[in-house]
Amino acid sequence: MLPAAAAALDGALVIPHGAIVWAAAMLWLVALLLAWPVPVWLARVGWPMRAPVIALLVWQGVGLAGGLSMIGALALTGLAVAPGVAQGAAVSGAAALWLALIPAALFAIYLLVHLAVTIVQVTRQRHRHLALLDMLSAPHPTRARTRVLDDAVPVAYCLPRGAGSVTVLSQGLLDRLDPDELVAVIAHERAHVEQRHDILLLAFRAWRSALPWFPVAALADAEVAALVEMLADDHARREVRDEVLARAILAVGASGVPGAEHDAAGSTRGSDRFRRLVA
Amino acid sequence: MATLGELERAVMDAVWDAPAPLSAYDVQEQLEAGGRSLAATTLLTVLSRLEKKGFVASDRSVRPYRYTAVAARADHVAELMHEVLGESRDRSAVLARFVGSVSEEDAAVLRELLRSAGSGG
Repeated sequence: MLPAAAAALDGALVIPHGAIVWAAAMLWLVALLLAWPVPVWLARVGWPMRAPVIALLVWQGVGLAGGLSMIGALALTGLAVAPGVAQGAAVSGAAALWLALIPAALFAIYLLVHLAVTIVQVTRQRHRHLALLDMLSAPHPTRARTRVLDDAVPVAYCLPRGAGSVTVLSQGLLDRLDPDELVAVIAHERAHVEQRHDILLLAFRAWRSALPWFPVAALADAEVAALVEMLADDHARREVRDEVLARAILAVGASGVPGAEHDAAGSTRGSDRFRRLVA
Repeated sequence: MATLGELERAVMDAVWDAPAPLSAYDVQEQLEAGGRSLAATTLLTVLSRLEKKGFVASDRSVRPYRYTAVAARADHVAELMHEVLGESRDRSAVLARFVGSVSEEDAAVLRELLRSAGSGG
């Protein structure tokens, strides 16, 4: 009874070697498609600027599925080449089974460590920035969770940090914008905070820092950053007319303020942010 | 009532404005002149928090301890603005800026929108 049960269990565990090889090949195909042609196509087509929400979901799917398929492909390749597993020798193959999974595990750990390091770095920088802000900026007289920085350069930004998010406006910005334009800026920044864009950006930033030799990671990061700006713009456009938002962007962005709007990752999505206001 | 952050800022302003190192009692006097009266023990707590954060340094060879700013206010503003402006937007995950420097072509696109909106309406 017992040996029979063991044999049945043994039989159930043995997967034909051919099936493992076939599955590994399929996963490699998926992983390669998601690593190169799919993201490059996604960065080139026009529709994401008309549907940034969907495009962001697709990018998240590509990132997640790309990573998982790569890990799965490594795991199955390990199993396919491990001698003990290939022969179906379940018991003596237990050690070989673990050895076979080492490359997949290492890759997964590498990605997770990069995510953790990025989170720690960004959190630390945000703390430092908030401490500086406490010393250097005054609370806005009427708006909650908004601080005014006494500097002539027109800037507006938000520091996302859970419930304690802060929107920062410089005095130079307040001097330069009319009340409607200010509404546009604040609505834009509030969208970043409320929709937790920082989490999305952090994930793609971590991916980029984990794979610096992989241009698609930088491309994905730039695309996601641009799409997030479009979402925030759409939020602002619900409160003000497109012309008002355009005026605010020009007043801030064309005033000689340093810091290029786009990075050089091969993404042209940044300019779409402005073109879509006209379309 | 002022929050701890606001209190720290008021103390820091006093330290920055002072020509010489200040004791907690000097800070108390400064704030008193500005219409805020606070206990010296409260100010000592605030000063030690500021020291832990790296904004002030203390001279402990004299009693009471004297506090000086580690860097000028303008240096800290420069550090802050460097983080805001120094990098292109999508390299900084720390903060989300409304807009960076807009290229000439992008600015032309936006001006065109404003022109057509102006003539249409």
